[in-house]
Amino acid sequence: MSYFGPDATPLFGLPLADIWFVAVLAFLATFLFLDGFDFGVGVLYASRTDPERETMLAAIGPFWDGNEVWLVVFGGALFAAFPPVYAALFSRHYVLLFGVLFALALRGLAPELRGEFDDPRWRQGWDTAFIVGSAAAPFLLGAFAANWALGLSGFGVPAFAVGVAVVLLCVTEGAAFLALKSRGRLREEGRRLAVRGAISYLVWVVISLGYLYAFVPASRPTLTSSGGIVVVVLTALLALGTAGAALRAHDYVTLASAGSLSYLLVALVGLLLWPSVEPASGLSVEAAFVPPLMANLMTVAAVVLVPVIVFNLAVLYRVFGGPIEADAAY
Amino acid sequence: MVDPVAASRLQFALTTIVHIVFPVVSMGLAPFLVYFTYKDLWGSDPVYGRLRRFWTKLFAVSFVAGTVTGLVLEFEFGTNWAAFSAFAGQLFGGPLAVEGMMAFFLEATFLGVFLFGRERVGRVGYFAATLLVAIGSWLSATWILDANSWMQTPQGYALVQRNGHQVVQLVDPVAAYLNPRFPWMFVHMQNAAVLSVALAIAGFAAFRIRRGTTDDTFWKTALKVAVVALLITAPLQVIQGDGYARHVYTSQPHKFAAMEAVYNTESYVPEYIFAFPTTPDGFLNPRTKDLFGLGIPGGASWLASGGNAHATIRGLDSFPEEPPPVALVFWSFRLMVALGFWFVLLAFWAGYRWRTGELYEDDLLHRALMVSAVLGFAAVETGWIVTEVGRQPWVIQGVMKTQNAVSSSLSAGEATFTLAGFVVGYAALLAIYVYVVYRIVQHGPPDETDGRGEGAAVGEAGAATTDGGER
Repeated sequence: MSYFGPDATPLFGLPLADIWFVAVLAFLATFLFLDGFDFGVGVLYASRTDPERETMLAAIGPFWDGNEVWLVVFGGALFAAFPPVYAALFSRHYVLLFGVLFALALRGLAPELRGEFDDPRWRQGWDTAFIVGSAAAPFLLGAFAANWALGLSGFGVPAFAVGVAVVLLCVTEGAAFLALKSRGRLREEGRRLAVRGAISYLVWVVISLGYLYAFVPASRPTLTSSGGIVVVVLTALLALGTAGAALRAHDYVTLASAGSLSYLLVALVGLLLWPSVEPASGLSVEAAFVPPLMANLMTVAAVVLVPVIVFNLAVLYRVFGGPIEADAAY
Repeated sequence: MVDPVAASRLQFALTTIVHIVFPVVSMGLAPFLVYFTYKDLWGSDPVYGRLRRFWTKLFAVSFVAGTVTGLVLEFEFGTNWAAFSAFAGQLFGGPLAVEGMMAFFLEATFLGVFLFGRERVGRVGYFAATLLVAIGSWLSATWILDANSWMQTPQGYALVQRNGHQVVQLVDPVAAYLNPRFPWMFVHMQNAAVLSVALAIAGFAAFRIRRGTTDDTFWKTALKVAVVALLITAPLQVIQGDGYARHVYTSQPHKFAAMEAVYNTESYVPEYIFAFPTTPDGFLNPRTKDLFGLGIPGGASWLASGGNAHATIRGLDSFPEEPPPVALVFWSFRLMVALGFWFVLLAFWAGYRWRTGELYEDDLLHRALMVSAVLGFAAVETGWIVTEVGRQPWVIQGVMKTQNAVSSSLSAGEATFTLAGFVVGYAALLAIYVYVVYRIVQHGPPDETDGRGEGAAVGEAGAATTDGGER
């Protein structure tokens, strides 16, 4: 019982604090990948009209709820593994996070409600809500991630820059997802927009990193470290790869490489944080981490459950694989 | 501007009170959907396929509303209750994380298959998905209630110094996560969810039967299934609730004193089945000894002790901490108990009419069922008010007070802003939800003619746009 008793030691002597630091960020990145393409589809929804809109909603319909759970898991894991960080970070970004919640509520409710009332204004209202929610959620989450990584609060240039970057990333993912899931004109549009999205993302990231380097001295050591350089170079390669794959109509590759970009973005957040987990309050990963007993329990739970989650998602994506039919409703 | 502590309390109360409606619907519908799906897939009566698809619509809307409002609660522990989260997060955060990883994921992923996948998977696969959605929704409740019950009866922890602050540290996971309150709370809540949904189904069915629908079999089958569920859950709720109250008497005596409005420690305390405030003050400051009503002498003592009418109930004045808002707890408890007994009566009434073959003819019964369609939710809300207001001033019983749990960085302006936002937003959300549910019921079940054909998806997409009216 030395692992689960009052005087527990870390499981197999593993560096659990570091592992959970990576895991929490990986949950966030997975959210930005999976729900990211839902957000992207929501933003692109603005440029389409009705028959295509129905197809777009049908394409994300079975997935978005499962995808949003990654945000719940990110929040829960951060709370469970680094409780003082959850407390300090979330209370410091009070209004911003309620903005995220509001945006997510609009995004989640709109597709359910738009068809409930046979009135064009009602439908248009919820369509607008869907677009606004889908754009605002990634923007505000990007701002949140920037503030977290740099120990800032409020709405400065870094928050804005990363917010826009995340929106561009989601649009790229959403376009790639549409290319994979639809047919005909919408599929062609998806590929075209994935190219544009990936290039815009790359340009925006380069500008933003330039700004950070020039005006946020705290970011310089990370950006010039070997890890930082690797992440930036990989981002450039994968953004170009996304565009290239979209041009060649390799739809799976497009989506996979666009999704990988969100892991790289979050990796950059992690590098900026390390070895702290909340620069604003100066808490280090070690100091903020829960004691060994709770850490061991959480680790066992995650080792059992995360594969189950991945399996569940695999089943879901398999069942709904292939291009969407326009008639999917329950 | 509202003081941040008061605003956070009000906001958490509001966001919880609204949120709980949606999980009650989804958890309560879950066993019905499993049953309907089973009968649809392996039975021969086409009515079950229509029942499944009809109640699935309600489940879908409720699940989405539950997701978006539930995420709010998780975030609020960080945004509004940072002091609590930093203090108790080492023990409290775990169940929330596991809830996300274990339960919510199960529910949310298989919901996609359950809602959209009937024609994409086989019978066994579809039934498995339905069952997993149902299990997921109940597992969610398990972890959330586990976290909540620990706050009511905390154990398995130690107070230690960490980074210069006193915090809760988990020392005995079995004691903490199998705390004494948990089984009481879990059974009471889950049974209440099924009971509430059974009442809603019965109420809707009675509404449609009274109006003389042409679609008799659908609503009559729904009514019968609901009555069976009522006959099981309504008596269980009362019997189990009695034991639960005794458990509260021993584990949270000050909450029990507030439930019974006992100020001075006394024995032979009466239980007021019906209590009437004779003055405004009697309403706002109920005191058991002064109430006018039908009091059973020694009744409260009898209930608290499990049979001893002379048992002592410790009065609120004898506790060092300030009492909770007694009037709210006292009247909420009475309302909940009264509703509980009403549901038992209703269940037996309907069961009796069924035996005499008049289940579809008793108009008074149908009216009573219609009126009671949403009363299950009223009982759930008042029950939670007893639980959560009754434990005040503690957020963690005997360990941390609510007033010390709020984020120190929170300003009155921010707190007031979001509180106002929630008042407006949640009022709109509830209004829309009620409207959508009403419309789903008005609209009635999917057409008999599209039967069990598992081009069902096509049939329903069509049905949604074409058969917009009454039949």
